[in-house]
Amino acid sequence: MPDNQALLQVDDLKVHFPLPPKGILRQSPGAVKAVDGVSFSLNAGETLGLVGESGCGKSTTGLAVLRMQPVTAGRITFEGQDITAQQARTGTFRRRMQMVYQDPYGSLNPRMKVRDLVGEPLQVHGMDKNPGEYQDRIAGLLKTVGLLPDMADRYPHEFSGGQRQRIGIARALALEPSLIICDEPVSALDVSIQAQVVNVLQELQERLGLAYLFIAHDLAVVRHLSHRIAVMYLGRIVEIAPRDELYRAPLHPYTQALLSAVPVADPVVERARQRIVVQGEVPSALKPPPGCRFHTRCPHAMPQCKVDDPPLQQLDGGRAVACHLHTGQHTSLHSIPVKVAA
Amino acid sequence: MATPLLEVKNLTTRFRTERGELTAVDDVSFSVQPGQTLAIVGESGSGKSVTALSLMRLIPDPPGRIVGGQILFEGQDLVKLTDRQMQAIRGDRIAMIFQEPMSSLNPALTVGMQIAEPVNLHRKMPWAQAYEVAKGLLDKVRIPDAASRLQTWPHQYSGGMRQRTMIAMALACQPKLIIADEPTTALDVTVQAQILDLLKELTRETGAALILITHDLGVVARYADHVAVMYGGRIVEQADAGTLYAHPRHPYTRGLLASIPRLDSTAGQRLVPIKGQPPDLARLPPGCAFAPRCQHASAECSASRPLLRTLAPGHLDACHHDQAIDAGASAGTASESAHA
Repeated sequence: MPDNQALLQVDDLKVHFPLPPKGILRQSPGAVKAVDGVSFSLNAGETLGLVGESGCGKSTTGLAVLRMQPVTAGRITFEGQDITAQQARTGTFRRRMQMVYQDPYGSLNPRMKVRDLVGEPLQVHGMDKNPGEYQDRIAGLLKTVGLLPDMADRYPHEFSGGQRQRIGIARALALEPSLIICDEPVSALDVSIQAQVVNVLQELQERLGLAYLFIAHDLAVVRHLSHRIAVMYLGRIVEIAPRDELYRAPLHPYTQALLSAVPVADPVVERARQRIVVQGEVPSALKPPPGCRFHTRCPHAMPQCKVDDPPLQQLDGGRAVACHLHTGQHTSLHSIPVKVAA
Repeated sequence: MATPLLEVKNLTTRFRTERGELTAVDDVSFSVQPGQTLAIVGESGSGKSVTALSLMRLIPDPPGRIVGGQILFEGQDLVKLTDRQMQAIRGDRIAMIFQEPMSSLNPALTVGMQIAEPVNLHRKMPWAQAYEVAKGLLDKVRIPDAASRLQTWPHQYSGGMRQRTMIAMALACQPKLIIADEPTTALDVTVQAQILDLLKELTRETGAALILITHDLGVVARYADHVAVMYGGRIVEQADAGTLYAHPRHPYTRGLLASIPRLDSTAGQRLVPIKGQPPDLARLPPGCAFAPRCQHASAECSASRPLLRTLAPGHLDACHHDQAIDAGASAGTASESAHA
């Protein structure tokens, strides 16, 4: 794989869920367009945060990348290989791409010992032939995530939520993946436990050079872990930018509203903050508004926004935004210094 | 200080479980002034929700029971009331908003009926008139087209609109106190901001006091006047919001504030987690409940339980070592606040 090539490349991904046909003619009443034209790339060792509110398509995007969700259109390239036509169950790429789930209670089989939970991926891929090596590997994995090797013979119910999430991470690490899709990995945990798991993820990235696609709704956690962040709204990416730029100067009105809605744990800061509170709620993905999907709630909506769907436009500094307020900014940025005295 | 609207003294609530009796709320005391917003913060199992249910006398008995203490509301001890007397207060002078707007509305009754019901029940207002009041309330919580919405059903509403309906119900009889238990945990952040802003604005308008139960320290910072931090069924620290965030004294409060990533902190910096895990209420240590996770814990901490002491007017703390820690830890917090 050439160096300049992205680890994961997603091009114009669409995942539509057709509704069951209705009436005598058995016509389909349409489809829920959960993901509707999403493109992004992720480099080795990098974390891309995927944020948005419920129903924006962030989890569906993650499942589609893992090939656990059929794709309607688009292309997914992983480690230089087009995996769009592959399936999670049979695809060889799945050794290199793993997942950590949200619910540490529902995602571990309660009847399996930790040893078997962590070893299962190795068994599936026939890497358990040498018993001594196999056991060493499990002990090593447990140590890697901060658990004790002698915990291997316990069952999941003997562990707390944070420890279970570590077991889930150890399981994901077993096959030495290059990419882990993390779908809300800390949101089910207590506040004082979240930091433990966040730190484990950070340490592992530094040590093993892992890339993360970090899907979450908590903007503070996402900011803490991500190098770049993509903001999704109703099946689309509305803005993508390096972390510091996004939080310092969000361009899309939705990003601005989202950041403004998150309270900061400091009454002094809170009282001094200018806040933008958007009205209404996210419209149905079944009938997204025409034009810009955010125009129904946008404080800056113009007549054009109701008709024209703004494309995701590349700006300088690795940023991109889909908003008419910023249309043509790329060119104008270059033409600014033309102010010459006559 | 004015007479408090609500004064809770040594409230203790126990549950009988298969694993023995556990004390979910242990000797909890606090007061709420008229019009004030008190936040009760804590993690799961800290006793914050059981405290709320105890105030409403909604603890399922069996297995639970309020075994001690007083809940003085406008001078009257709610613990001593009969169920019928309590019913007359619930939904009238004290109202509650629950976490799950999806499951706390009755799916078989129209929205209008559910809002009109408390008015009809407590104010003995005829239904037709009560519906008029309900319409006004829907307007007030900014549900558009209120008149026709009265005849709609909860399933036709989004999460945010259901929570608005819950607020309308809570406000129906102009209560003196509203208890909101994680009112926005099930909602998205942009909707959370709308709902909490609305709740705050309406309590300000009607002069109602608000007890906000939450685990979100950001929400507390934005909306609360006063904060009580709970851990292992007990209040470990209590102060006005400004003081609590600027000068936290209890190691647990300090730990919590250091462990959360903030939108305005240095990104990428390691968080400082609290080691270990929240306590099991059935197996609480004899001393301080936080001692097994506390880096400052001594033999005294595991042997004797620290009582809430007044550090400054309005600032209470339950720790054997808070003064000693203060001297040592001020260096750490100073560098943090310098950044903020």
